[in-house]
Amino acid sequence: MSFAIEATHVVKRFARATILEDMSLAVRPSEIACLIGPSGCGKSTLLRILSGLERDHAGRVVIDGREVTGPSRAVGFMFQEPRLLPWLTVHDNIVLGLPRAKRRDGSTLVATLLAQVHLEGSERALPRQLSGGMAQRVALARALATEPSVLLLDEPFSAVDALTRMSLQELVLAIWQRTRITMLLVTHDLDEALYLSDRVFVMSGRPATLTEVIDVDLARPRDRRDPEIARRRVQLMDALHVASVPPSAARGDPR
Amino acid sequence: MVKDPITARPQRGASSWLALLLPLVLLLTWQVTTSVTRVFLPHQLPSPWQVVTTAWELAQDGELSRHVVASLGRILAGFVIGAGAAILVGTLVGLSQAVEIMVDPTLQLVRNVPSLAWVPFLLLWLGIGEAPKITLIAIGAFFPVYLNLLTGIRQTDRKLIEVGYVFGMGRVDLVWRIILLSAFPYLLTGLRIGIGQSWLFLVAAELIASTRGLGFLLIDGQNTARPNIMLVGILVLAGFGKLSDAVLRCIERRVLHWTDGFEGRERR
Repeated sequence: MSFAIEATHVVKRFARATILEDMSLAVRPSEIACLIGPSGCGKSTLLRILSGLERDHAGRVVIDGREVTGPSRAVGFMFQEPRLLPWLTVHDNIVLGLPRAKRRDGSTLVATLLAQVHLEGSERALPRQLSGGMAQRVALARALATEPSVLLLDEPFSAVDALTRMSLQELVLAIWQRTRITMLLVTHDLDEALYLSDRVFVMSGRPATLTEVIDVDLARPRDRRDPEIARRRVQLMDALHVASVPPSAARGDPR
Repeated sequence: MVKDPITARPQRGASSWLALLLPLVLLLTWQVTTSVTRVFLPHQLPSPWQVVTTAWELAQDGELSRHVVASLGRILAGFVIGAGAAILVGTLVGLSQAVEIMVDPTLQLVRNVPSLAWVPFLLLWLGIGEAPKITLIAIGAFFPVYLNLLTGIRQTDRKLIEVGYVFGMGRVDLVWRIILLSAFPYLLTGLRIGIGQSWLFLVAAELIASTRGLGFLLIDGQNTARPNIMLVGILVLAGFGKLSDAVLRCIERRVLHWTDGFEGRERR
């Protein structure tokens, strides 16, 4: 079978430090996959390499059968922050990535996208008038505007409060239900990874390699309280070695 | 849910009388010290009323408008040339470190030449017509615009440029649609300082063998010991300086309604 995203033997070095050591992963078409690992391990770097933002790496990245040599409209990217252009209205921000001709008569497309992210009628608003969650939803609409086949998300909900995060996760799932877009999401939130994804890729600390792939294998819609999710959470924590710290050390007891 | 971007901000009109307070106090003090207590004699400082009368007389015989037209023409030409050149050079320098290394140190050296020091050389190089005057004003307008635009371009958020990269924008698109727009607030500040500098340099420019212009009016008043004429010149210069700044501020407010900074307004 062919993969939507395929990275083989990717190595990335900054100056002398090796960030990624022989990373290989493959995401299936229409799959939601999460990338999880210790902070600073190079998850975001890997995602940026997949998007074509980061170059100068060894190894091969193929998206939809085409080798990635730079950013393309076929790959949507969502940052940790909304990164809306403050001088453009919501409408103009959403059509930012479209070719000139489509930018000019994009109002139907914008209306459809805004409805999908529950921001109907906000076309004329400016970014400074939006809350963090609203701005991130506009950023999602912008990433989808070019109709990418793959969406890469770099800790997209880490800067919003817990309730907003849950509603954004629902939003992403609803969009996935409709479009079946392939998604790879970097996160440090175990619950987010287990709630959203089909598979979770676990990365080690620097230099990072892929240490484990966890199949979540649960039907959607999922229940956040499902004991099956809790069971996989333990498995995931083991993979991340979070649980390997002995309780006495965690409490700071004298030895 | 979402407020209209143009009308969302509170109106300023209500507090505009505050802006008139200080000028009115100054005017009153001036009138009292010259015509009531006579701290200043008319040949030292004529009263506001005398100045108004002089201005009226100058306006009546068309003298004043002759000077104003001459000066406005020079300002307009000099500012457009100077600011235009600054936008061009500032953009080139801002976008390329190589160009910056080549050009910027020299410009910083030239920037510190005082306006009056240019006068004899411009006379030697360009003669005594309009050319040296307009050139001097252009020099005055150039540097504030150049410096501010350069700063603005270099302040562009790398994260926003990355958004452009993600959408596969080329260099031209990045410059036009992200970098220059992001630098726009700085550019407008530069233009406002630049137009102010233009008026300052105008007076120096009209030292150059001129027979018309507000700067000439000042020098003429000085040479013929008529402080009332000098004051008319000063006030008209100040008025037009303020007016040109107000025009740019108006443009600034319209164009930059997207900014989200501290506005100095008290909390309610």
